[in-house]
Amino acid sequence: MTATPDLASKPPAGTRRQMLAELWFYFSQNRGAVIGLWVTLALVVVALAAPLIAPHAPSMQYRDAFLVPPFWQEGGSTRFLLGTDAIGRDILSRLIYGSRYSLFIGAVVVTIALVGGIVIGLVAGFFGGWVDAVIMRVMDVILAFPSLLLALVLVAVLGPGLMNAMIAIALVLQPHFARLTRAAVMAEKNREYVVAAQVAGAGRLRLMFRTILPNCLAPLIVQGTLSFSNAILDAAALGFLGMGAQPPTPEWGTMLAEAREFILRAWWVVTFPGLAILITVLAINLMGDGLRDALDPKLKRS
Amino acid sequence: MIRFFLGKLLYLVPTFLGVTIVAFGFVRVLPGDPVLLMAGERGISPERYDQLMQQLGYDQPVWWQYLEFLGRLFRGDLGESLVTKSPVLSEFLTLFPATVELALCAIVLATLIGIPAGVLAAVKRGSWFDQISMGTALIGYSMPIFWWGLLLIILFSGVLGWTPVSGRISLLFFFPEVTGFMLIDSLLSGQDGAFGSAVAHLILPTIVLATIPLAVIARQTRSAMLEVLGEDYVRTARAKGLPWRRVVGVHALRNAMIPVVTTIGLQIGVLMAGAILTETIFSWPGIGKWMVDSIFRRDYPAVQGGLLMVAAIVMAVNLIVDLLYGLINPRIRHV
Repeated sequence: MTATPDLASKPPAGTRRQMLAELWFYFSQNRGAVIGLWVTLALVVVALAAPLIAPHAPSMQYRDAFLVPPFWQEGGSTRFLLGTDAIGRDILSRLIYGSRYSLFIGAVVVTIALVGGIVIGLVAGFFGGWVDAVIMRVMDVILAFPSLLLALVLVAVLGPGLMNAMIAIALVLQPHFARLTRAAVMAEKNREYVVAAQVAGAGRLRLMFRTILPNCLAPLIVQGTLSFSNAILDAAALGFLGMGAQPPTPEWGTMLAEAREFILRAWWVVTFPGLAILITVLAINLMGDGLRDALDPKLKRS
Repeated sequence: MIRFFLGKLLYLVPTFLGVTIVAFGFVRVLPGDPVLLMAGERGISPERYDQLMQQLGYDQPVWWQYLEFLGRLFRGDLGESLVTKSPVLSEFLTLFPATVELALCAIVLATLIGIPAGVLAAVKRGSWFDQISMGTALIGYSMPIFWWGLLLIILFSGVLGWTPVSGRISLLFFFPEVTGFMLIDSLLSGQDGAFGSAVAHLILPTIVLATIPLAVIARQTRSAMLEVLGEDYVRTARAKGLPWRRVVGVHALRNAMIPVVTTIGLQIGVLMAGAILTETIFSWPGIGKWMVDSIFRRDYPAVQGGLLMVAAIVMAVNLIVDLLYGLINPRIRHV
């Protein structure tokens, strides 16, 4: 009783390492995915080292430099490489600090949505019957609303702010994880290895989290990556609408909202924060695409 | 087929009840007293307060209030807007055509470009066309569309001066609303230049709103085509000596379209419910902008009614898509 279940539940280290090596092999075949990975890593470094890299403090207002254009344009200077905004703050520094918010938002939202969705989906798929029916109807209700609208209304209820925006976005993204987990659990739960574990005396919690869950992870990882970029986009959209992070936070969406009235006078105030969002989201999506192809056995046959 | 339809419809009843609970609960969980909120800044006498409390039914137990809310709902009464004092339903219906017009234009544009691009990319897999179109699609899919809209305004309205910045038609034109669709009404009015002005106002919002659906449709068409092109029946058709064009256009395309049609349908549902960001940027007087404005004005009856209508529209469109799916793909009808 002591030796056998251990062998069954823990594969030898070699197999797992080999699986990771295989995953990396297929992932690295995809040029876009590798570029996405490097850009994402660079962003993480920028976010972590923001106080070291940023040339100015993000909320420092230079009274002598309102709406200074980027350095290559007439009137610009290398003191403010990407120019300044309407109250004289250095845009490059704000963008560098903003990367912290975006990556933080993505990480927090995906963690909440992933953990919540996995637990809910496991319970629904494992128990079935009325538990499943009730849970899935609640998920349907959430999905019946357009996600940004529901998040907006939730933030209106909770009060504007970055934390509440993250909670709201996690809540509207979570049904996708629950549905995926449930479908995977239903496909796996009658397989022989699960029955074997059950016969060997594994309890419900062990069956759910140790036996079944590791075999449902592939689609969840892919969905997690795509949700990471969705969370960044939605949080920026809420910030843009004035319901997310509040000024003077250097969050990219909030920066865009503040810049809106200057769009026809100072293109750089509007262009750079959006470009930062686009590059970040694009890099993560490239990585997500690569992961999906690497994890999908159907595409591996060639 | 009728059983299939009734089954789907029955399935939606608990979901819709859930939606009504969310919309009802939304106003109840808001911080603050609803009557004081309604009275606004000026304050209110205690007698008037009690009277309003009673009149609005807030002195009743919550479950009774909910049943009354449902009862009013079935009579088509969504309450009155706090700001305009007009019925929420009629306000919604006045703005709805603007949203539908924009949503339809966007989905037509997305489909007309997305499907051919996806098919061509799949047929010429690995070519420069495939790489460029799929790269562009991924950029479109990753686009923060509120920023995209601002960029287009800078370029086309600011620098080039080709298109107007906001609204549905120039203020110079005034004519009665017949259908609510500006493109049709402007033609009916017979005024010179009215139609052109309506089109010019539509172009930028349509491009912005179409961006993400276009990317999704192109990517999905490509992967569906690739899957189908690998099937045995495609090889058989080819081996029979049918020309490649016919194999792709008839055998493969028809089967590949099944998942794509579903995607398009689901996108319509979302777009019909109001394009919050696009409508806000271009001041497009539709449902999305109205909802955002109502949230900011704390016009809670409007938000409540809007939420209900929006969810109902999404659910109805999804039901229709489900039915069409059953029609074009008989295999799932019996599951």
